This record gives sequence, C-alpha cells and structure tokens, in this order.
Amino acid sequence: MQQQDYFYSTVPQDSHDRERLDNVHPAGWRNPQPADRYSLVVVGAGTAGLVAAHAAAALGAKVALIERNLLGGDCLNVGCVPSKAIIRTARLYADMRNAGQYGAQTPDDLRVDFAAVMQRMRGIRARISRADSVHRLIEAGVDVFFGEARFTGTDTLTVDGVKLRFKKALIATGARPNTPLIPGLVEAGFLTNENVFDLTELPRRLLVIGGGPLGCELAQAFCRFGAQTIIAQDWPLFLPKEERDAAQLLSDAFARDGIEVRLNTRAVNVRTEGGQKLVDLVSDDYKSTVAVDAILTGTGRVPNVDGLNLEAAGVDFDTALGIRVDDFLCSSNRRIYAAGDACLEHKFTHTADASARIVVRNALFLGRQRLSALTIPWCTYTDPAIAHVGLYVRQAHERCIPVKTFTIPMHDVDRAIADNEEVGFVKIHVKERTDRILGATIVARHAGDIINEITLAMVAGIGLRTLAHVIHAYPTQAEAIKKAADAYNRTRLTPTIQALLRGWLRW
Amino acid sequence: MSSEPSMNEQMLDQLQRAAFGYFLQAVNPANGLIADTSREGSPCSIGVVGFALSTYPVAVERGWMARSDAVERSLAALRFFRDSDQSGSPEATGYKGFYYHFLDMHSGARVWRSELSTIDTALLIAGALTVGQYFSANTPEETGLRKLVEALYLRVDWRWSQSGAATIRQGWKPECGFQHYGWDGYNESIILYVLALGSPTHPIDGDCYQAWTATYQWENLYGYDFLYAGPLFIHQFSHAWIDFRGIRDCFMREKRCDYFENSRRATEVQREYARRNPNRFVGYDENCWGLTACDGPSNQLPELANERRRLFGYAARGVPYGPDDGTLGGWAALASLPFAPETALCAAHNMLKRYPEMLSALQYTSSFNPTLASAGRGAWVSAGHFGLDQGIVVMMIENYRSQLIWRLMRDCPYIGAGLRRAGFRGGWL
Repeated sequence: MQQQDYFYSTVPQDSHDRERLDNVHPAGWRNPQPADRYSLVVVGAGTAGLVAAHAAAALGAKVALIERNLLGGDCLNVGCVPSKAIIRTARLYADMRNAGQYGAQTPDDLRVDFAAVMQRMRGIRARISRADSVHRLIEAGVDVFFGEARFTGTDTLTVDGVKLRFKKALIATGARPNTPLIPGLVEAGFLTNENVFDLTELPRRLLVIGGGPLGCELAQAFCRFGAQTIIAQDWPLFLPKEERDAAQLLSDAFARDGIEVRLNTRAVNVRTEGGQKLVDLVSDDYKSTVAVDAILTGTGRVPNVDGLNLEAAGVDFDTALGIRVDDFLCSSNRRIYAAGDACLEHKFTHTADASARIVVRNALFLGRQRLSALTIPWCTYTDPAIAHVGLYVRQAHERCIPVKTFTIPMHDVDRAIADNEEVGFVKIHVKERTDRILGATIVARHAGDIINEITLAMVAGIGLRTLAHVIHAYPTQAEAIKKAADAYNRTRLTPTIQALLRGWLRW
Repeated sequence: MSSEPSMNEQMLDQLQRAAFGYFLQAVNPANGLIADTSREGSPCSIGVVGFALSTYPVAVERGWMARSDAVERSLAALRFFRDSDQSGSPEATGYKGFYYHFLDMHSGARVWRSELSTIDTALLIAGALTVGQYFSANTPEETGLRKLVEALYLRVDWRWSQSGAATIRQGWKPECGFQHYGWDGYNESIILYVLALGSPTHPIDGDCYQAWTATYQWENLYGYDFLYAGPLFIHQFSHAWIDFRGIRDCFMREKRCDYFENSRRATEVQREYARRNPNRFVGYDENCWGLTACDGPSNQLPELANERRRLFGYAARGVPYGPDDGTLGGWAALASLPFAPETALCAAHNMLKRYPEMLSALQYTSSFNPTLASAGRGAWVSAGHFGLDQGIVVMMIENYRSQLIWRLMRDCPYIGAGLRRAGFRGGWL
C-alpha cells in the first residue's frame, strides 16, 4: 500500500504501540536456526496461523511459523480489535448526545478528543497483543521466522533465503483491502483498514466508499466522532448479503446519526484541489461532486497469494478467490493446506480460527473434518449491530426447503424497552412445519452476543420447541429468542388441538 | 370489536363518490391524462391514469357519470397513449410499450427525468383492461375502445423489461439504461407479473415469477403468519383488480393461505403495531393506523424547520420497522375494506371522528400526523389530494360493495392466462 497521504504513518506513536510491536515483531529479531524438517510450517501469523501453530505445538508437533509483518495479522493490528475499540467510544458519544432519552443530561461541553480515542485503542491493542506475542510462541515451542516465505518445491520453502523442509504446510497469508479502480483515487490518497487506525487527527469531512461491514462500521464511528460523513454504496441497500429489513434498519440508523447516505451511487473520479479531495459521484443519471478531506474505501478484500511461488509447490490458486482447497481445506498439493482469509469466502476471525483447527486435525492427525460442516455466525458491529447465522430465506428457497420465520421485534422485548434499544428484531428461520432452525438474523444493539445462542442450538441440533423450555434470565434482550420459541409453540395449537384442550378442561 | 361504532353505508357512499370526484377535477379532457396530485403544476402519473380508468365503470354503475361520458374519457386517454411518442428519447412518452412515470399534463412528454416505470405501466394497462372489459357494447365507440386496449396491451414488451435478469426490472432511463437492481421481496407487483405472463405477444418466462416469489418471506409476527411486506398499499394495489379469494400460486399452496387472506392478516398486523406504538406517536391505537406509501411532513417544510424528530416526506411507511414518523394514510383503512370489513370500517370511522381534518371536500388527503398537531388546527395534514389514494378508495369500496372490478377482471382472458402461467389454481380460476 504505497500511499502519499498526510495521515498515513506506521511509526510507533507511544508506549502502547512500542509494547505491541515488541510483542508482535520485536526490533532486532533474529530468526532461529531451522530444524531439519518440520511437522508443520505455517505461512502467515494472523489468526489462522497463530491458532494452528499453537494447537499443533501443544499436540507435540514441530512447528515453524513465518510472518512477513506483524503477528496477529489484520484482526489484532488493523481489524477487529482496533475497530471495536473505537466503536465503543463512538457509541458512548452517541449515548451522551442522546442522554435525554435516558432521563439524563448531555454534558454541556461535549467535545470529542480524537487523540484520546486513538490512544485508548492503542492501549487495548497492546494489551490484547500479549496473547499473540512472539514470546508466547517461543514458550510453546514454535520456531518463529520473520521474513518473506517462498515455496521452492512441494515440501520446501525459503524464508529470506533460508530453506525450511516440511511434512505439511499451512498457507494462512490472509487478505488485503481491495483497491477500487477509480481514476485519481490512488493519486489523491485514501484510507483503508490498514492505515485508518494510524490517524492522528479526525478528518473534518470523510467519504466512505463501499457499504460492506468495514465501511458501515467506520462510517458510523467517524460520524459519531464528529466527521461530516458521506457513505456511497453501489447498491440499493447496505450489506447486500443481509436481509432487506436488516439493511433498511441500518440505513435508517445512519440517517438518524447524521450520515449522508448515498445508495445506488458509484464514485467515478477523484481529484485534489486546494488541499481537498473532490469526488465525482453518479447515481443512475444523477451526477454530483463532493469535497472531502479523506476517503475511506471498504470495497471487499482480496486474498494474499502473490509472491509465494505457489507454482513451485503445485498449489492451485486464483487471485480473486485465493488458494483452491477442497472441503477438507487441502490444496492441490496433498501436503499443503490453507485456512483463513487466504482461501475462505467468509473472511472473519472466527472462521479463520475454526478453519485452522480443522487443518491441524486433517493435516497432522488424519482427520476428515469438513469446512462445510461448520455453522458460522457473523456480525457487523454497527449500532444496531447485524448478526446472522445459517441460511438466509433466499438460500432456503434455492435449496427447495420450505421456510417460515418467527419474528420478534425488539420493541416487544422488555429489556430492550428498558434500555431504549428497541430498534431491531430477532428473526429465526425454521423448516416449515418443523422446529428445525435453518438460520437466524438478529438486528439489535448487542446482536453479536445474542446470536451465539442460536448458533449453539443449531450446532447441538436443538429446535425451537426445546428453546421454549429454556428459562432465560429476565430481563435480558436474549429473551427475544424465548419469545420466538413461544410463538412457535403457539402455532402448534391447531384448531383441532385447541378443541381437544377445551374438551379436556371442561371435563 | 363489533360493539365499536362503525362507518355507515351512507358515509361510505359519500366518501367513494368524493374520491371519484378527483378524477373529474384532475383530468385534462383533451388527452385523458390525470394529474398525480391536486397540487399546482402537478404532472400526470401514468399509474393514476390506470386508477382513473378503473373507476369509470364504477361511476357509470352508480349513476355518477353517463356511459357515453365515461367512454369518451377512456377513449381520450387510450388514444393519447396509442399515438404517443414511443421512441424512448428523453422527451418521449414511452418506449417498448411502457411509459415514463410522470408526463406533462398537456404535451404528454416525460417530465422530472422520470423512469420508464414497469409497475406504473402495469397499473395503467390494468385500468385499460378494466374499461375494455366493462365497455362491451357493440357500438363503434366501445368496439373501438376495446381495440385500443388490445393494442396498448399487446405492444408492451414485458420480456424486454427483464433485461436478461431473473426478475422484472423496476425501471429504465434513456440516460443510463435499466436501473441496475432488482425488486426483491413481496410487493405490489403481482399485477405486473400477471400481465407480463398473460401477454400473447411478449410474455416473460414462467420462471421469472418463481424467481420473484423465491424472495418472499413468510413470517410469524405478532401472532399472525403472513407474507411479509411493511407498507399496507403493497397488500392492496394488485388486489384492487384481482380477486385473490380462493386462488393460490405455488407459494400460497405450500403456506395453505391465499393473497386475500394474507392481506387480511397484514391489516391485523397494522392494528397490532399501532396498538403497541413503539415510537409513542400521538393517536395510534387499534382503530387508528395506516402506515403506507403516502405523503408526509418533511423537515424541509418551513413550518417544521424546528422539528427535531426525523420526518420522511413522501415515503413508503411500513410496519414493524418503519419508516414511521407518526404519519398515517387515513384512506388506507378503506383500502383494506374487502379483506377485513369490520376492522376497516371501525378504524375509518374512528379516525375520521377524531381527525376530521384529514378530509377536505370529503376527499382523503394523503396523510395526517397527530403528533405534529398545532393549536387550533388539529393534526398536521398533507396538502391537496393524491390520485393514487383516491383511486384505491373508489375501487376497494366498490369491491367491498359489489365486487364490480373483480368480476370484470375475472372475465379478462389475459388476467386468467397470466394467473395460470404464474401457477395459480383453484377458486374461480
């Protein structure tokens, strides 16, 4: 990412970043002498790589872990951890501004101290980096190599020229932001998740291009910090994979926050004039130009498969889709597996983690675990958050599965009312005329926490009927799930059964 | 509920006739075009012309208009569309048998850079087919009218409106082509699909309807199982023409329901939402509801410039997720009359009693908002009248009273063919 932007900086700014870098890429690091042959060589030390290295080493394998940049990968350094840290502060500012709704008062002098926001974020990142530190890896018996990995054969690779032999290898090189092809964008400079957390001052005016999870989360956070924020999305709704209602509620929330929402809109040209960036936007036949101080792109991610000399290893790959793997996460070279963003459609930390565990079992212990058997939830941490697990209704239709949805609006949940968090819903999809849960979408302030119960039920094969018997602590927002289960039970009271019950009670 | 005061037959008749009056006031007799709204300078909306055409048979039957007058008005509109500029240029009237959404009242040329609208063309064609069914006499005028209807319907290139996609596109503009997104979820466009499937000249594939229904969501909400759509008009518009009682497509067969019963449930869901009133707006209760596509207050209005709540102007308001700014379409209850007569009449009576200001000259305004009441003037009320609202009121009161429109369209071979190709079976089919 070669950008000439005045915000861009990777220089450690304080003791927090020094601590983090000491954990994830210590200065003056010297790679160890390689072993004759490793049971497992892991390329990439993001979530998938770290999980695999620790798990394999704990089970007695001789493991080498290679990282070209920072341990912890995107999640720790430029992804989930820093974004959630600043989102929490942004939410607090929103709550302070809305204090009147809670019978409280908005502070008279409510000012955003952006430097303090980022300092807190760096502190959190440094603290969490301890779990991913090189010191823990060494203690676990993992040989850590910093440098560029390059395959030289079907069972060998080099790290900065030093040869490593392996029985099995795992490619966990992650992904990087996709750069949209907009004339003038690169010249004008732009932010992605890779450098936005290095900002030292809040852009006064921000254009977010792309309405995926990253764009949505950061647009809302920066708006709540006080940036005049425009979000341009080339679709009628944000988060196009999510349910229409979920995306609609998000659009409404954005507008409420003061984000200028531009749906069905493409950015087609960028130029710099007088120190500001002028961006031409097109929506159908409507053209406009906006002037901003910074542009953030969130237009998808592309897998890191370049420079690995995968051809030498006989590993098939696609520059857009990543390493080609089968359902057991094995590549076209039976010795080499892949995990995480480098090969998966769902690029989440928790799927990287789960896929890495599959690889350790399949690669080292003759396991036959399938990726397709995983039940994967995900969540976009906007306010309200949008979480999903399992099938969408359209996917159920595509598979000819009749589906019925039990919907509980959050305004029917006592705790949500008490918390003034009534925007949203719990929708649980079941196979028609059964209680088998096919999937669920939750829109709620704490949707990410609530979805876990549904995931548990799906993994354990628990149906809605059983969930109706699960006592939920009152009052909690997760009680919405119990209400959906109760609604299911009520639909079992057919007129015939109701007549029988009435007869019984009369008797 | 039966003990609740309800609207009587006389009042219903007055409201229906007043609503029809809109089409007499808003017409350009020279070309039959009808203004979208009664506001100064309003262009014609082709959908409103479709509603106007559909109300002429009602007016004749009820003695509000001479048959010859109704024929003349219908012919004026039908001739205009037949002879209109179909080049698809930015100033034309239409393309491929479709028409731009908004037209100049006098010249009939496209205005507001509006889109070539598939759904509004369908509403127009549905209205044309309605007069084609009703004016069945063997006179030169009525025979000519039927030929015009036939010509307009047969030249619509429904297949083109798919643009190679699985479902029909919402619109097309000469400046940028088809709007690049589909139109997912249950909405008011069954009438569009039925007409597009029934066409002997340019039909869409049968798969197209299945592709659309694959985006449906069948939900249990507030204790009701129903095919979900938030705004009430979605559950009303296609039903103004098609009698969905007892006929079922594949989706409804699986759900053991039909679209008529579904609209009844959707009406009950509106009541339940209003009873809950999660946003605590003034007036909402089980007899005061009607979240639908309608005009509404806007923060841009000078008198509301200091209003801190977000106001949505013209929007498709819906339940349970909004948008909801306290604005209700008073007419929406009567538009649900055939599905849930008792519920609808109670609500219509109650709302009019409490907020009589929602009527002007006995015609429903587009909306009212009791939360934005001003001292001495009552609820905020949308200015003027909107043609769509008047049309659906006339048609649904008539379907409730005599089922006239439904009976006419049941005999329309294109509607029958379209329904059958969409997979509808049973009942009157």
